[in-house]
Amino acid sequence: MKRQPLLHPGLNLGSTDEYSHDEAEPVIFGFWIFLMADLVLFAILFATYASMSVQGQAGGPSPTDVFDLPSAFIETMLLLSSSITFGMASLALKYKADRLHLVFWLVLTFCLGAGFIGMEVRDFWIMTQQGAVPQRSGFLSAFYLLVATHGIHVSAGLCWMIVMLVQLRVLGRTTEVKLRLMRLALFWHMLDIVWVCIFTFVYLFGVAL
Amino acid sequence: MTDEHVETYAQDFKSYCIGGLLALMLTALAFGLVIFEILPHFERLIALAILAVAQIVVHFRYFLHISWRSHRDDLQLVLFTSLILFLMVGGTIWILFNLHERMM
Repeated sequence: MKRQPLLHPGLNLGSTDEYSHDEAEPVIFGFWIFLMADLVLFAILFATYASMSVQGQAGGPSPTDVFDLPSAFIETMLLLSSSITFGMASLALKYKADRLHLVFWLVLTFCLGAGFIGMEVRDFWIMTQQGAVPQRSGFLSAFYLLVATHGIHVSAGLCWMIVMLVQLRVLGRTTEVKLRLMRLALFWHMLDIVWVCIFTFVYLFGVAL
Repeated sequence: MTDEHVETYAQDFKSYCIGGLLALMLTALAFGLVIFEILPHFERLIALAILAVAQIVVHFRYFLHISWRSHRDDLQLVLFTSLILFLMVGGTIWILFNLHERMM
């Protein structure tokens, strides 16, 4: 079988919905450019963190003192599995005619994402109880700024998911709703990529250094 | 689903499964390196960085479906953005660490 060229990032609808597939190209390309710009924002925060984490401790706690690796591992697993379940939601959007599959995978993704945010807030709470607050040192300011910016992105993704569940209920699987879900998928997978950098260069490097 | 769709479904499903498995393995390896203190210090950091880059490539390839078959310049955009990020982050770290050394 001849494989169709991919029109845009993410799962292409292809011949399952020709009309939406043609509509998707410019819309998703625009969103892709936004995502690239968003990566630049994260890169600046990473650069700030990299300079601050070693030289900006100001006699305060070091990364080894405050980071909880098992907790970071659980968060990583939650976010990674939510990325996989969103992949299953994308497959349901493309191939399954009924709404049930899609809603099931979206709700599961939402629960995993909410679990991630819950764990992160718990981590922050424990850290502040230990006196590791943002105003303690440059390292901690940069840490909270970087990780919380990612957390706020994930929270925004969760709100977006609720909106899409409502739209699926009210509007059904129209072209607009499909395209919005496809953009949400890109956003969600991109946040997982940013988290790969966070758990490697913040948590693991912090403990290994 | 028509026959053609059954076939593409299997391909797409496989893509997410391979991506998920590879990502899980790379994550487990990275945490394992640090928790069990495998490899000498410097080599461990290099290995962690390589594992992260590998996982990012896996995510782009299997979850975001970026490949040479892309119709638009999706891949070129990603590569150009990576170049900009590398210059910004690498440059900042270089300058600030250099400055730090001179100030000590």
